[in-house]
Amino acid sequence: MAVTAVAGVGARPTPRLRRLEDERWLAMALLFPTALLLGLFIAYPFIEGVLLSLTSQRVGIPGKWVGLDNFVKVWNDSIFRTSVWNTFWYTAVTTVFKLALGLWLALLLNRHFRGKAIVRAFILLPFIIPTVLSTFAWKWMFDPTFSVINWALFHMGIITQRINWLGDPDLAMTSIIVVNIWRGVPFFAISLLAGLQTISPELNEAAAIDGARPWKRFWYVTWPLLLPVTMVVMLFSVIQTFADFQLVYVMTGGGPANATHLFATYAYQIGIGTGLLSEGAAISLAMFPFLFLIVVVQLLYIRRVETR
Amino acid sequence: MAEVTLSKLNKFFDTTHVVKDVDLQIRDKEFMVFVGPSGCGKTTTLRMIAGLEAVSSGDIRIEDNLVNEVPPMDRDIAMVFQNYALYPHMSVASNMAFGLKMRKFPRDQIEERIKRAATILGIENLLARKPRQLSGGQRQRVALGRAIVRDPKVFLFDEPLSNLDAKLRVQMRVELKKLHERLAVTSIYVTHDQVEAMTLGDRVVVMKDGWVQQVGEPLELYNQPANRFVAGFIGSPAMNFAEVTLADQGGKVVAEAQGLRIVLPDELAARARTKMNGAGTPATLGIRPEDLHVAGAADSADHCFDVNVEVVEQLGSEILLDSRVGSALMVASIDPAVKVRAHDKLRLALKPERLHLFDPQTEMAY
Amino acid sequence: MIEGALWRKWVFYNIPLILFVFVLLFPFYWMIITTFRPDGELYRPWNAVNYMPFWTNNPTLEHIKYLFEETNFGRWMMNTMFIATISTLISLFCGVLAGYALARLNFPYAGSLGTVIFVTYLVPQTLLFIPLAQIIRNFELGDTPWSLILTYPTFLIPFCTWLMMGYFKAIPKELEECARIDGASRWKAMVYIIIPVAVPGILSSGIIAFTLSWNEFIYALVFLSSPDQKTVPVGVTSELIRGDVFFWGPLMAGALLGSIPVAIVYSFFVEHYVSGLTGSVKG
Repeated sequence: MAVTAVAGVGARPTPRLRRLEDERWLAMALLFPTALLLGLFIAYPFIEGVLLSLTSQRVGIPGKWVGLDNFVKVWNDSIFRTSVWNTFWYTAVTTVFKLALGLWLALLLNRHFRGKAIVRAFILLPFIIPTVLSTFAWKWMFDPTFSVINWALFHMGIITQRINWLGDPDLAMTSIIVVNIWRGVPFFAISLLAGLQTISPELNEAAAIDGARPWKRFWYVTWPLLLPVTMVVMLFSVIQTFADFQLVYVMTGGGPANATHLFATYAYQIGIGTGLLSEGAAISLAMFPFLFLIVVVQLLYIRRVETR
Repeated sequence: MAEVTLSKLNKFFDTTHVVKDVDLQIRDKEFMVFVGPSGCGKTTTLRMIAGLEAVSSGDIRIEDNLVNEVPPMDRDIAMVFQNYALYPHMSVASNMAFGLKMRKFPRDQIEERIKRAATILGIENLLARKPRQLSGGQRQRVALGRAIVRDPKVFLFDEPLSNLDAKLRVQMRVELKKLHERLAVTSIYVTHDQVEAMTLGDRVVVMKDGWVQQVGEPLELYNQPANRFVAGFIGSPAMNFAEVTLADQGGKVVAEAQGLRIVLPDELAARARTKMNGAGTPATLGIRPEDLHVAGAADSADHCFDVNVEVVEQLGSEILLDSRVGSALMVASIDPAVKVRAHDKLRLALKPERLHLFDPQTEMAY
Repeated sequence: MIEGALWRKWVFYNIPLILFVFVLLFPFYWMIITTFRPDGELYRPWNAVNYMPFWTNNPTLEHIKYLFEETNFGRWMMNTMFIATISTLISLFCGVLAGYALARLNFPYAGSLGTVIFVTYLVPQTLLFIPLAQIIRNFELGDTPWSLILTYPTFLIPFCTWLMMGYFKAIPKELEECARIDGASRWKAMVYIIIPVAVPGILSSGIIAFTLSWNEFIYALVFLSSPDQKTVPVGVTSELIRGDVFFWGPLMAGALLGSIPVAIVYSFFVEHYVSGLTGSVKG
């Protein structure tokens, strides 16, 4: 093998490229585009938002410094208080149902049966189809006059009078919750199914041989092993739900009589709809401490579960 | 002509000192094996030679060029990894071509080299396959082929056989040996398996806790281990050790322990005398299992002792006796024809010229 | 596992599963049937004797025709396609590079940067839309596709980065070490070895990023105003409702057609989508 000299070390790269051999320079170069975009469109707006919420800006009218006035005003606003209550209620109820139904569906899918792949593919549809579009289908199903749900309930003999799903404040909230659960269950089910599939069947078989009944097997073997995945899925779902906008915007627009507003829809109504930019920004930002708390608590809990 | 010289080489990971003052000259065309238990710094040393780890202090030279700051791509070396590290998205041929393409070799030369390497390794019929379609042994060959085509100054091997099953490992060991004879390229081979070290190495470096314990030809390590660690690490089954006291009895040096009284041969006695101060100097006596046998009429009582047999391991070609002398455990490799059972009492004899003595404090050989 | 008698299998597994599938898919069925139903059949009250939920006697394309002739629906589709594609590509580019750096390079503060990415991954769009609208206006990007193409990456990049970190971490480090010894620079080892090996991950991130951008609503609602600039979700919401009057036929037709590109992409890459989705929650 006497041809070594032909290329040998080859043409040396330019000094600039050579610098990329240093991990630190390379890392900086690779992270630069991300840092630029996230800095420009997350960090900067966040600071802008805080400043905006401390002034009295409206559309077309430059504001002046008002300190915490916007937050005080918002706090004394009964619609805002309703929105806060709604947001927590909406998040809590939907999360419980999504977890329970999602887990049930995951357990149903965690077997071998014909057509499993197809069933799994179809089940995810509510999650991937754009929310606004599928919510319109629900709004149509909940229509006061033409509701297919009323038709079905009537023919099953459950109701005799029509139900005005979106016209009554409590029923409207319930309807919204139903749609959110419908949209969220597939995500829970598929994620938990993936978690279930990482649990070795031998563990369950060993527990069965040790004499554990199915319910005990689930409680002492499956559930503890599933907990880490469950926590992460919950974290994503809780934050998405807490900050939800599209679903309420399409279903009720916050009505009837501002009874179904969440943080985001109320912020939109005040900030964009009415043009009180600073107040809208304040309402949005009021979400931040709650989101922050949820993230911190859940991350700490996840860490504890994972290191146990 | 590629020598590799390590001088005062050190490596720290944060505050952990993993390679300590390694001085070593690897000669041109030499097959040098680094052996030691896991965590001894052998792999880190290899990775520093490859350029995958930065040197904390000291120098690495390849052919008299200081390469401390040279990135791996410019060192003109090739490396075979434990998990083969075949590029999964490329065919076998493209795997082998990658290094040459990076160095901008002309296409016809690349093809010629691949063909030649494939012939050497007997993998001509695999060239179009993807790595996942290969068996473990075939992957190993491709990894070797990828190193060979490069025609590098130095081959580096990082435990290349440890993912293979026992039978294949022996077979590949032989092939590696043949390959090195044929290519005659400086090779550095890291393993934790002392059998590989003994069979493959022109010379062997034994490392422990970041220190080089001994450098030498395989038989040198076997016959004259520099310290107790090397003595115990090289050879299988491992050397027996017994804590003894040395005493001068009528002009002879005698090593004594409970149930054991061995008269040292003159040459060893002379060396032992330099360390003795008065009666009852403690020392560690070492004897390899294969240097023990069942005592016969020809054996002097000076070199015999009685043992209680605890376990008999019949291997067909030999019997391994796990036996006890006083508090010391003695493994003996004896003639398979001897009839012996557990709990028997037996008289063993040793070859006096094969005895080793170590300082119990420093563990260095006398 | 032994499942016991046939009736148990039906009661405990098959019937609940069928119910789940029915409820999860019924709204889509309703969307389809409404799309092809003439207005005369559509607007029959729930208690009308001739209410026909499950079939239609006179299927029609009039709603779809209305969509394309009376609204800018075609334009909205093109807009959404363009915005989703470009922002996905930008996010993939940034996410793959950043994911590689965070998963495979040693540099100061790598761990804390990873946490920062994870936290931005959790920032909802609704937190910042008002100040962002002002910034978009200051940059004079309002009412252009670029207002979305540049802002969608804010939630797509953290997602792609996070997912790619998982994929990159799973690739043995010996692969690029070997490439570097073979004569590749760090950059070339990344481009020729690691990124090609991570293609399934890139595909997963890309598909999910695409569906996420197609789904995005509030930025599009706030940043765009002219009818011919809108995306499908915003266009359907704002142009097919006049005051209190809902044009249900065209609305459902728009919902159906607007879902189709996502559904097609999804159907081709179900496995990638699912593996990306489950990879994203593995943490």
